[in-house]
Amino acid sequence: MSPAFATAAAAAAPTHGFLSPTGVEVAFLLVGLATFGAALVTVTTRQLVHAALWLVATLGGLAVEYLLLTAEFIAWMQVLIYVGSVVVLLLFGLMLTKAPIGRSPDADSGNRLAALTVAVAAAAALVWVVVDAFRTTWIDLDGAASGSTKVTGASLFQNWVLPFEALSVLLLAALVGAIVLSRKAKADAANTGASAQAAPGSRSEKEGVR
Amino acid sequence: MTTTTLAVLVPLLPFLGAAAGLLLGRTAPRFVRPLAVLPTLASLALAVLVAARQGGGRALDSATELTPTGSVPIELALHIDGFAALVAVLVGVVATCVQIYSTGYLRDDPRYPSYAALVSLFTSAMLLVVYSGDLIVLLVGWEVMGICSYFLVGHYWETPEARAASIKAFLVTKLGDIPFLIGLFALGTDAGSFRITKVLGAVAGGGLHHPTLVALLLLAGVAGKSAQFPLHTWLPDAMAGPTPVSALIHAATMVAAGVYFIARLLPVFEASSAAMVVLAVMAAVTMAGSALAALAQDDVKRVLAYSTVGQLGYMTGALAVGDRGAAVFHLLSHGAFKALLFLAAGVIIHAAGTNSLAAMSRMKDLRARVPDAYWTMTVALLSLAAIPPFAGFFSKESVLGAAEHVATGHTEHAPGVAGGIVLVSGLVTALLTAAYATRLWLLAFRGHGTEAPDHGKQPLAMNAVLWVLAVPSLAFGLGYGVLPDWFDGRSLAPALPTSVLGTGLALVGGLVTYGAWRHTTALAARVPLGAVAAHPEGDAGLVEAEAIASHAPAYGDVAYAPDPADPGRLLLGPLHRHAAVGFHLDAVYDALFVRPVRAGASLVRFLDSEVVETYVRGAGALPRLLGAAVRRAQTGNVQTYVSALLAGTVVLAVAALLVATGV
Amino acid sequence: MHLAYPAVLSALLFCTGLYGVLARRNAILVLMSVELMLNAVNLNLVAFDVWLSRTARETLHSGQALTLFTIAIAAAEIGIGLAIILAVYRNRGTSDIDRLRDTAEGHDGDTPAAEKAEATA
Repeated sequence: MSPAFATAAAAAAPTHGFLSPTGVEVAFLLVGLATFGAALVTVTTRQLVHAALWLVATLGGLAVEYLLLTAEFIAWMQVLIYVGSVVVLLLFGLMLTKAPIGRSPDADSGNRLAALTVAVAAAAALVWVVVDAFRTTWIDLDGAASGSTKVTGASLFQNWVLPFEALSVLLLAALVGAIVLSRKAKADAANTGASAQAAPGSRSEKEGVR
Repeated sequence: MTTTTLAVLVPLLPFLGAAAGLLLGRTAPRFVRPLAVLPTLASLALAVLVAARQGGGRALDSATELTPTGSVPIELALHIDGFAALVAVLVGVVATCVQIYSTGYLRDDPRYPSYAALVSLFTSAMLLVVYSGDLIVLLVGWEVMGICSYFLVGHYWETPEARAASIKAFLVTKLGDIPFLIGLFALGTDAGSFRITKVLGAVAGGGLHHPTLVALLLLAGVAGKSAQFPLHTWLPDAMAGPTPVSALIHAATMVAAGVYFIARLLPVFEASSAAMVVLAVMAAVTMAGSALAALAQDDVKRVLAYSTVGQLGYMTGALAVGDRGAAVFHLLSHGAFKALLFLAAGVIIHAAGTNSLAAMSRMKDLRARVPDAYWTMTVALLSLAAIPPFAGFFSKESVLGAAEHVATGHTEHAPGVAGGIVLVSGLVTALLTAAYATRLWLLAFRGHGTEAPDHGKQPLAMNAVLWVLAVPSLAFGLGYGVLPDWFDGRSLAPALPTSVLGTGLALVGGLVTYGAWRHTTALAARVPLGAVAAHPEGDAGLVEAEAIASHAPAYGDVAYAPDPADPGRLLLGPLHRHAAVGFHLDAVYDALFVRPVRAGASLVRFLDSEVVETYVRGAGALPRLLGAAVRRAQTGNVQTYVSALLAGTVVLAVAALLVATGV
Repeated sequence: MHLAYPAVLSALLFCTGLYGVLARRNAILVLMSVELMLNAVNLNLVAFDVWLSRTARETLHSGQALTLFTIAIAAAEIGIGLAIILAVYRNRGTSDIDRLRDTAEGHDGDTPAAEKAEATA
């Protein structure tokens, strides 16, 4: 596949060297590094709550990347849903499961070595393929933003109405499912009133999506 | 009807009777007895008619080929000469007597229908052997007799003795039948036909390539069937069957088949002097050994069984000196008196409630309880001991005369050494035969001690048969003047020197035994001994079955009783212990065949259970190991599973990439 | 901008999430790692959508629409996932996924027995 892309890219755009980056590229690179670093900390830190907070940093960094890629509506959605509700939800979950505050020595399972091997191998393979395929592909970011709210809204409600509505049914099902799971558990264990809060939390963020 | 048709009917009638008996035995029990007796009786009448028509003249030959059977044709052939005609009459007489006797003997036996049918089938098979002119057809009758013998000996299959005896009889005779079969094939191949006449013609023309080999192979089969050393051991054990069966099969007919077969094919044996010497040695060992063993037996039927073996030895001895006339003469007279002896013994066992001579010798007046059996048995024993003028005297003297004839230099038919061996052993056996006959008579009928139990009068069917058979036992010998016309024409008249010598020895044997008995009989009163059947009111078959079953528990052995009052013990001295068990031949067979086979079987079993099974288990071990490994992988930890899944995905993706990019 | 930048970043983030899924013990941290992986995919979708809409004049914006859908589904997944984790936690007293080993082969280790003991306690 790489030769096809390479020739297409070569025909489409003049050569852009990696050693002469544009301003957007530099910004993207820096934010990307920060994002990646935050992600690494997220999956390696021994403090569970910190992991959630580093996840906020990662997701926020991604939102910036979306902005840099001119997909502004998605960037704001990212901030609203992920940073605003998902992470909050995760923090609730941590608290409800009485996750230890502070360093917990057993945050990682015994599977770490295998996980590292698989992850590094997968990363190597993916990076190799991606770099080999899109070495010369150039995104021209000039001109009108391709992800403005207007453009996205038009696309979504012109071309994607049916999937959008189907998705709303899915969300309804998820909503009902979450309630059922929580209620049943509540009936089983009547003493834990706090657990019922998980369901409203999930509902609120779903409505946010809608 | 032509003689041929009559002759075909002779074996066919009992066969049809057997088939009908087996079919109707359960549904119509009223017809069982007529179906058993009448076909046999009719067959006897026809056999007599055939004999009368044949009249000792030219042999009657008739054959039909049912279907082509390859290179050597097999034909349904009749060959009726004087031998066949007379032996068929004997078979008919004995079979009829036995069937009539059985109606009384097995009066209440629930298995009587199948028993009678098997006896009929057996009779038919024997008649087939006698009349057959084709060796393969003869073999059919020969083998049918073997299987009938197996069933009939095992009639009381509830007792372990009968089961063991029937299997032994079958296996031992089969052991001889295998070489017999090979010998028949060799004979048929050499002669190009299985017809007896053609075989004999080929032999006369010198067409036999390996006469010694063929003769020895055939001899093995004859030794098995006719209970000759070393394959005689089945016969004494076969006495576990009912007495009429012993009389029919193991005295008069089946064992005679072997002798009759050699008589038919005597030229084949005469073609090899080595075979004749082997035959003579076999006969001598059989005669002398069995007579010694008979002297030590405690079971009255085993005495008679060993005596049968010995008398068959006389017949093979006569054949060994090339005189088949004498052999068949002895076969006929022996058939009559031995059947009588067995049937009378059945009556005595019923009356005494025991088959042990030791127990009978402690009963007073047994002879008064069974006067018919007493008198007829006396006649038969005198005939057995070859006292003139009874039948046994003439036939035995003809054998001894023939042996003397050969031994004194007339060696055109047989080697002189064979004549010498047969003569000496025959004389020794004459002495021993008289001794054990006397012992049997004295112990059975001259007992002292408690009164014999009274079981009432014996059935008429049984007693009448005894008297019928007593006539030929008494008077058949006088036919020595007529019989040569039926046989080869050689004189069967007793010669003076052997007659005097034989009779003298027999008298000496009898007198010595009497003296010994007088000496030991005083001891009998001091050592109480005996076991009597538990159901004296039952029919004779039941009493006998119980007697046989209780002999080993009561005396420690089926053949032996620790009786110090036994004259045989005094006469044999240290030999008695060995003679009682048949000179340990069974132990030898046990060591030679049974134990190796058992050891082989256990080896195979070991190989199967340890070696083969190990391979099987080993074949299962690898999958089991793999299974254990796979099972170990099922840790329940989802992360492990996902790790493996993703690792596999990565590997596959990389592989796919490498293939796609052509690296 | 080179397309390789967002693509490589996406790949790295994805593998980071992968590592987290495989190595983390707490089920909620595993969920976080799943979010990371989803976001990596989102980044890819957005980047390629932008590239295609410029290069190939594609006006469908399928990449951005799919991103929105993914975000919605991820939110639903988080809701359901957390509900399940809470139910498990209430039943078992733990949310460590390497201790939830009821499907393990029978006699292989004492973990299931220990789990049951905890559950009854």
